[in-house]
Amino acid sequence: MEAKKLYTLLVYSENVAGILNQVTAVFTRRQVNIESLNVSASSIPGVHKYTITAWSDEDQIVKIVRQIEKKIDVVKANYFTDDQLFIRESGLYKLSTPQVLENPEISRTVRRYGASIIEVNPTYTIVMMHGVTEHIIELYRALDSFGCVLQYTRSGRIAVTRGMQEQVSAFLEEREEKKK
Amino acid sequence: MRALQAEGVKTIFGYPGGSIMPVYDALFDYTRGEKKCFDHILVRHEQGATHAAEGYARVSGEVGVALVTSGPGVTNTLTGIADAMLDSTPIVVIAGQVPISALGTDAFQEVDLVGVAQPISKWSYQIRHAEDVAWAVSRAFYIARTGRPGPVVLDFAKNAQVEEIDWEPKKVDFIRSYVPYPKLDDEAVRAAAELINNAQKPLALVGQGVELGNAQEELKAFLEKADIPAGRTMLGLSALPSNHPLNVGMLGMHGNFAVNLKEQECDVLIAIGMRFSDRVTGNLKTYAKQAKVIHLDIDHSEIDKNVKTDVAVIADCKESLPALTALIHQANHHEWRESFKPLDEKERVKVIEPAIHPKEGPLLMGEVVNAVAEQASDNAVLVTDVGQNQLFATRYFKYHHKRSICTSGGLGTMGYGMPAAIGATFGAPDRQVCCFMGDGGFQMCIEELGTIMEQKAPVKMILMNNNYLGNVRQWQDMFWLRRKSFTKMMNPCYELIAQGYGIPYQAVTDRKDLAAAIERMLTTDGPFILECAIKEEDNVLPMTPPGMNVNDMMLEI
Repeated sequence: MEAKKLYTLLVYSENVAGILNQVTAVFTRRQVNIESLNVSASSIPGVHKYTITAWSDEDQIVKIVRQIEKKIDVVKANYFTDDQLFIRESGLYKLSTPQVLENPEISRTVRRYGASIIEVNPTYTIVMMHGVTEHIIELYRALDSFGCVLQYTRSGRIAVTRGMQEQVSAFLEEREEKKK
Repeated sequence: MRALQAEGVKTIFGYPGGSIMPVYDALFDYTRGEKKCFDHILVRHEQGATHAAEGYARVSGEVGVALVTSGPGVTNTLTGIADAMLDSTPIVVIAGQVPISALGTDAFQEVDLVGVAQPISKWSYQIRHAEDVAWAVSRAFYIARTGRPGPVVLDFAKNAQVEEIDWEPKKVDFIRSYVPYPKLDDEAVRAAAELINNAQKPLALVGQGVELGNAQEELKAFLEKADIPAGRTMLGLSALPSNHPLNVGMLGMHGNFAVNLKEQECDVLIAIGMRFSDRVTGNLKTYAKQAKVIHLDIDHSEIDKNVKTDVAVIADCKESLPALTALIHQANHHEWRESFKPLDEKERVKVIEPAIHPKEGPLLMGEVVNAVAEQASDNAVLVTDVGQNQLFATRYFKYHHKRSICTSGGLGTMGYGMPAAIGATFGAPDRQVCCFMGDGGFQMCIEELGTIMEQKAPVKMILMNNNYLGNVRQWQDMFWLRRKSFTKMMNPCYELIAQGYGIPYQAVTDRKDLAAAIERMLTTDGPFILECAIKEEDNVLPMTPPGMNVNDMMLEI
């Protein structure tokens, strides 16, 4: 059995209702949990982009990708490992202002991680950080050890490939050619 | 109506109800008089409509159509939709839906159809406005019939049924995100040809893809050029005639002995339009490990799904088979083919002869099927229900003509037989339709006798009654310490039932009456029920127990 790895799937679909359901159902059927999910418009008009991460082995991920791509309104689906992508996530940390003021180590930690303070009021302080998963989690653990965290949340992953262009554009151009 | 007409629809299987009344009202004019262009077959239950549409599609190659109402009307079709999905059968189910203003309010007979149908259909879509109708209907038929076919569901909101617009025909024959016919990869064809040219013991596995791609002749040319023996899956049985010299029988759990063993001996395995179902492969860990595997399929997601391939040729086999045939060398595998014969002989002596020519005791399913096959016309269509009747029927029926089998292979739907047979009589009105059922499956869609009566549909029903749910009983005997938990069944008097529906009926209990009864059935115009009193506890053999290796196939228990 292959070891499990974190894979990132980039899925492009037409902007029609119900695709998200169809995409996630493929994971459910194959008993793979989705680790994170981000859906937004892509750079191509009318095409939506899904960035999905999941722990799995390559065999399983290949089957999932093919079954997703088989859906009528899915334009393209591909899977990547981290070295093939630029990846970003965001973390939001809501800290107790009195504790932040009391313990200067907290602000130093925030600065050391390159996070920024985006709002301060007498009750709470909001810290934001962009980065890769591990760093965002590390900062949370560091802040949590001071006992100052009121709330914490981390976004889903967004990613672009290291290739020049959204790889789906070429496919769509080829399809449009065919239509003519 | 005009959208359906534009798609060439001729026959609709349906059942009216509240949310589909506007469509039914329009249908009234289109099924009679000057405007007549459709036949509407009123079924007795919506499940029957979908199975009839499947039977129609399977024998005709056209898209089957079912028309039903919202709520329970359409939830009743879900079994048929799932069945068509697993068996790649092109049907379009059009269902009424409450008006969009009532959606999401738990309105009377509202159900989230697109939500429930999505995982079991090729495409599901809700038509919310009249201007979507032409586009959605055309897209539905395009998706259902192209590529790997499958069921499409249209959820037709009532407001969209009554809104008036100027009719503007729309023809969908391109969807940019959907590539039904992948481009043939010449490199893959070359690699496949090289494997075949170097093979000493090649074996082809033929599936329904050959029928769906209408590539029966291309298959023959391919097999004959390189002298390759071929087994067929249950759904692919009529892709190659039974009497073809290269046909080595049926694959799978209850298929033929030799071909199952030879899957573990061949050096190149060529899968053509089949999906390596667990009923074919048995234990995947040991399946055909010695062989190089070539997989021809139109559906990319089938490649490496169950069996790892060495060469995948992803294309319509109508295109890939001739390309491959052009590159392979003439060959002679006489010795390899001869090596099947002793195993065939073993199966014939131990299993087949006792099953089809028993000397004494009660009637057996195998002999009934064999006796029908002997008298049936060459282009007869075999329809089966699910269970022992299906396994005996598929084993012992003879296939001479393409598109000759309707059976629920993937979903294994009991109750499929009778309505599918009705559909087959409409899809192939000039062919004999023989439908084998057990006493369990016969009662699961027994209400369709009403449809048969009303339409005088010439379904030759062979009811093989053993007073048991025979296949489950066989498993109980083999794997569950003979604890026959709820598999013995009390049966009604089928003669009275036949009488009630005015369908000619004959019972056979004695072997000597069988041939004459079959002759009467086949020469009687219209439908017929032939009830055969079958030995209660007979077993289908050979058998590969579930999860075991294909070469562990047993000839006796």
